[in-house]
Formats: sequence, C-alpha cells, structure tokens
Amino acid sequence: MAEVMSTSRAINAAMRVAMAEDPRVFLAGEDIGVYGGAFGVTDGLLGEFGAERVRDTPISEDIIVGMAVGAAITGMRPVIEMQFSDFVVNAMDPLVNQAAKLHFMYGGNVTVPMVLRLPGGGGTGAAEQHSQSLEAWFAHVPGLKVVAPSTPQDAHDLLLASINDPDPVVLVEHKLLYKAEGPVEVRGSLAEVDAAFAGTVPRRTGGDLTIVSYSRGCAVALDAAEALAADGVEATVLDLRSLRPLDLGPVIASVTATGRLLVTHEAPGPVGVGAEVVAGVVGSEAFDHLLVPPVRVTGRDNPMPYAPGLERATIPQVEDVVAAARRLMAEDD
Amino acid sequence: MPRVDPSTPEGARAALTTMWTIRRFEEALEDLYSRGLLHGTNHLSIGQEAVAVGVCGALEEGDLITSTHRGHGHCLAHGADPMRMMAELLGRVDGYCRGRGGSMHIADVDAGNLGANGIVAGSMTIAAGAALSMRMQGRDAVVVCFFGDGAANEGSFHEALNLAGVWGLPVLFLCENNQYGMSMSQDSSTAGGSVAARGAAYGIEGRRIDGNDLDAVHAAAAEAVAGVRAGGGPALLEAVTYRYRGHSKSDRNLYRTLDEIESWRNERDPVDRFEAAAVASGRLTAEDVDAVRAEARDLLRDAVQRAVRSPEPTVDDLDGAAYAGRSTAAVA
Repeated sequence: MAEVMSTSRAINAAMRVAMAEDPRVFLAGEDIGVYGGAFGVTDGLLGEFGAERVRDTPISEDIIVGMAVGAAITGMRPVIEMQFSDFVVNAMDPLVNQAAKLHFMYGGNVTVPMVLRLPGGGGTGAAEQHSQSLEAWFAHVPGLKVVAPSTPQDAHDLLLASINDPDPVVLVEHKLLYKAEGPVEVRGSLAEVDAAFAGTVPRRTGGDLTIVSYSRGCAVALDAAEALAADGVEATVLDLRSLRPLDLGPVIASVTATGRLLVTHEAPGPVGVGAEVVAGVVGSEAFDHLLVPPVRVTGRDNPMPYAPGLERATIPQVEDVVAAARRLMAEDD
Repeated sequence: MPRVDPSTPEGARAALTTMWTIRRFEEALEDLYSRGLLHGTNHLSIGQEAVAVGVCGALEEGDLITSTHRGHGHCLAHGADPMRMMAELLGRVDGYCRGRGGSMHIADVDAGNLGANGIVAGSMTIAAGAALSMRMQGRDAVVVCFFGDGAANEGSFHEALNLAGVWGLPVLFLCENNQYGMSMSQDSSTAGGSVAARGAAYGIEGRRIDGNDLDAVHAAAAEAVAGVRAGGGPALLEAVTYRYRGHSKSDRNLYRTLDEIESWRNERDPVDRFEAAAVASGRLTAEDVDAVRAEARDLLRDAVQRAVRSPEPTVDDLDGAAYAGRSTAAVA
C-alpha cells in the first residue's frame, strides 16, 4: 500500500525497517541522534531504538568510517551518515584503502557489509565545500558499490538492498531530493528487496532520443523531455540507479532504437560517469545505429560557487538539456 | 586464562618456541629474497619478537588483534600457521589470502587476527570498530591494536584513542616503538617524546615498558587486558624495542649507526635475554633451549618446503573476487 512521502522520510522508513528486523544494524554519524541529522533524515530513530544503536559520533570522519569497517568485519551491519558528502574526503583511507580492499586482499576471509550515506550535490547555496558530486571517485574503485536513487521509492529500496548486501555500498543522496515527494511502498522486511541491485530502468519512453541520468539529474532530464515533447520530440529517459556495477544493457538497447544519446549529470564532465556511459555505448553494437555523436550535459568544470547566478550556471538546468537535445535532433536532419 | 604463561616451564617453552619461530621465519624470508625466490618487499621485525609473543600470550581464546605492515610476528604469535604465511609471501594459493595480499596483509580471522595493514595507523580505527562490535554483541573479547611509533603521528591514532576513550571501548592500544618510522627517529617526529603520555589526554592510562623483556611485556599486557576486559575502558602500552634490519628492502641504514644496531643486538636481544632469564630461574634447562631452537628450525624448514610446492594462483581466481556478493549489474 503506497503512501506519498518525501525522500528523507522514505530513507528514514527503510532504516526503521532494517533496525527493527536485524539487531546487527546500527546507525552512526555526526548529530544523527537528538538533532535528527543535519537534514532530518534520522529524525525520531533515537527515541525508537536508543543511543546504543543510533550513535552520535565526534566530528571525526576518519574513525566514523574506520569504526564501521571494524564493526562490519566482525559481524555488525553499520549504516553511516556523512553529514555532507564532502566530509568523506577525511575518511578516504578507511573507505578506499580498507573497506574496498579487505574482502579481496584477505582472500575472501572477511566481508564488509556497511553502508555509507553521502548527502551531496549543489543548489543549496552551501558553496564549494558542501556541494560536491563525488560519485565518480567511488565508482572508480573496485570493491565498492555505488547507488544513486532518484525517487523516494528507490531511496527506500536501495537503502534496504544496500544494508542487505555483503559488500560496502556508497549511497549517493542528493540534498535537493530530500523534500521531493512520491509514492512509497514501505517494505515489511529486508527480504522484500533483493540484495542484488536492480539496474537501469526507464522513467519515460520515446523513440527519438535517449537521455541517461541518475539521482537528481533524472528530474532535470524528465522536465527536459516534457519540454521537448511540446515540440514533438519524444525522448526515453533512463535512470542508471547503480553506478557500480553499471548496467549499460538498457542504454545500449535504447540507443540502438533511437540513434541519439544524451547523458546528463551534475558532476563535472571530465573522467565522469557520463564518459563511461558514452564509451560503453560507442564500444557496443549500438555504434552502428548512432545517427549523431553522443553528447554530455554536465556540471560546469569548476568548483561550486556561492553566488546564486554562478551556482545555477554550474549545475545543468532543464534548458541546457533541452538545448543540447535540440542540437542533437537538428544535426542529422 | 591467558594462553601462555611464561612464568611456568611449559609457558616459557611455548613462548621461546614462538619467538624462535618468528625469527627463523623472517630469516627464511631474507634467504628466499636473496636467492630471488621472493618478490615484492617485506618488513622484518627481527629484534622485536618479545612484544608480539608477550602480548598475544596474554590473550584468551576469542580475543582479536589487528596488525601492521611489520606484522609477521603478531600473526605467528596469534596462532598463524607458518606454512600458510610462507605460502602467502610466496604468492601461492595456500597462502592466507590466496596470494592476493602478501607480507603486509595477512589475515587469519578464524584465529582472531583481523588483519595486518599496509597503511600506517590504518588498523587503529578498525580495531576501535571491532571493539564496539564485541560490546554490542555482548561478547567479552578484548581487541589488541598493534601499531608503531610512526602511527602515533597519524590523525587516525588520535581519532581512535578519542573515540575509544569517550565510548569506553574494550581495546588495548599496543605501541611497538622500534624508535624509527622508516628513517625518522621518534625524537625528531614525536612532540613530547612519548606515545604513552598521549593517553592521558584521552583519559587512557598509558605505560611505557621494556619491549625486549618478554616477562615484563607479558605481565604488563596481562594486567592491561584484564582491566580492559573488566570494563575499565581502553588501555595504552608503549613497548620500547628495536628493529635490527632496515625498514624494508630499500633501506641503506643511513639514519643510524652500526654501533647503535650492534649494541641492541649484543646487549638487549629479546631472545637471548629470555633464554638467560628462563634458564637462570630454572624454568628451562640449557638442553630445553637447544631443543626449542632445533624445533623452530625444523618447523620452518618444513613450512618452506611445503609452501614452495603450493601452486601459483591463476588469473581466473580474480573474477568477481573484489566482492562477496554480486559484482555485475542485475538484469532488470
């Protein structure tokens, strides 16, 4: 029975389901207890589950993540909130050198079932050090999994699937999506969501153009697709949902049908997820069906500025995607 | 009950056997390396054996350790099979990590060794997490976190002591102070000059001990572990010792004198000292000592012979190996 709720409530509900079902699951992070988290995502959980399982930590990102690694390899299932995704830079050793490596490096003798929630992205006026989209860093590291939901239901389901997964998972949460609402079917148990991450799914279908995105970029892509439809151009919008592993099968199939590929995301373009998607498509059987070269519409290649006009110019807008799509449509006319 | 009590004849014999096993293991590595049979690099703890043996002997079944890049001694003292360790260093499938980890990454989780770590202070935050995990699961296990004097200048050291202190975690931080972080002496790297003294800032009692005196190490570790297990929160020991060999294979020993090395080796060697003390106190006879030396030599000879016969891993062993679960995209 679906009910309409915000993304932050959907994530909160997933944590509640997991905590109620599995005593190994616990939460840790900065100000996640009484304060309820900087974005209110853990609101109410302290009262329900107590301070032993909803753990406020010192402002010490290195040990927050390192502690989670140690707990995970000894039988617990920690779910960690980085207050802002940018702060994970202080925890790159435990995440990249430890969590991502231990299962492989120790010959399969340990598993690292931990979830790292990263509230990221711009659009809040928080400027350079509180607005980054760092997902490509983590998607580049063998041993990590990276998921980036765009809907409240996916935020709910992907968190449950991440908690159920035996590997370390980075959950990319866009801060502007926390208040976005949608129908959510709250799961009754962890088992209702398969531990295997579902791959790329269509959010809209159309035969003229394939637009690929993830996280908040999907909302931008869908608005752009509606604007294009007013001109008679019908776009398919694909939501990657998981960046590692990356499911390019549906992208290749769609581009084979439409002949046009546009990838959009808020992170800067160079060496980013969009480049990986384009390379995957160009290197596939879809190449022969491409009518025009693929294009990326990404974040401007500079740190996130503070002034509203500059911040807006740095984040891809609906009109940017529409303009790029129109150029794609015009090129082969 | 601690697993090894060196104050008894049986315990003294067991402790000496482990010390000789560690020394012969690392000497065997030097030999294999010089003959071109061992690749990569390794970090030898020759001269530091009393720390690993004294501390691990003070632990009980179910207690956990985390180790360092100079961790052969910790792993062997905590129960690792020399043959499987040797196979790992030789990059063979019977190694603890199937040949994927090598010298710096031996883990033997079944024996309570959560893993050696190639990142200085990398295991300190992990040890704190494992200690939290033990407490949340209602287990009375103690976690011993081995680290070096160099690690005490990493942020992880301070974050780990702070969190362990504020949460009262059951972890013994065991600084193996061999006086050099690669080439940097403790005098020139460590403000205040003492790792043990840093415990006070976090409400943790820190003690400096003679790391080359096995009886002293064991006694201090046993007392600290008992306090931690009783719920007294974390403890910190700084065992002062010395490594005879260079930091790693690239070391030309330009930062210290031959006299300094020789004086430690000739006057303060932990194996020599324990043999003398055990014989003087009547725990062991001279014949016992000879027998232990021969036993360790034979054990290592056999371990090397079996390890070199272990097959090399094949590349298909890497497929999907970075993940315990699904490593490719699900079919939608």
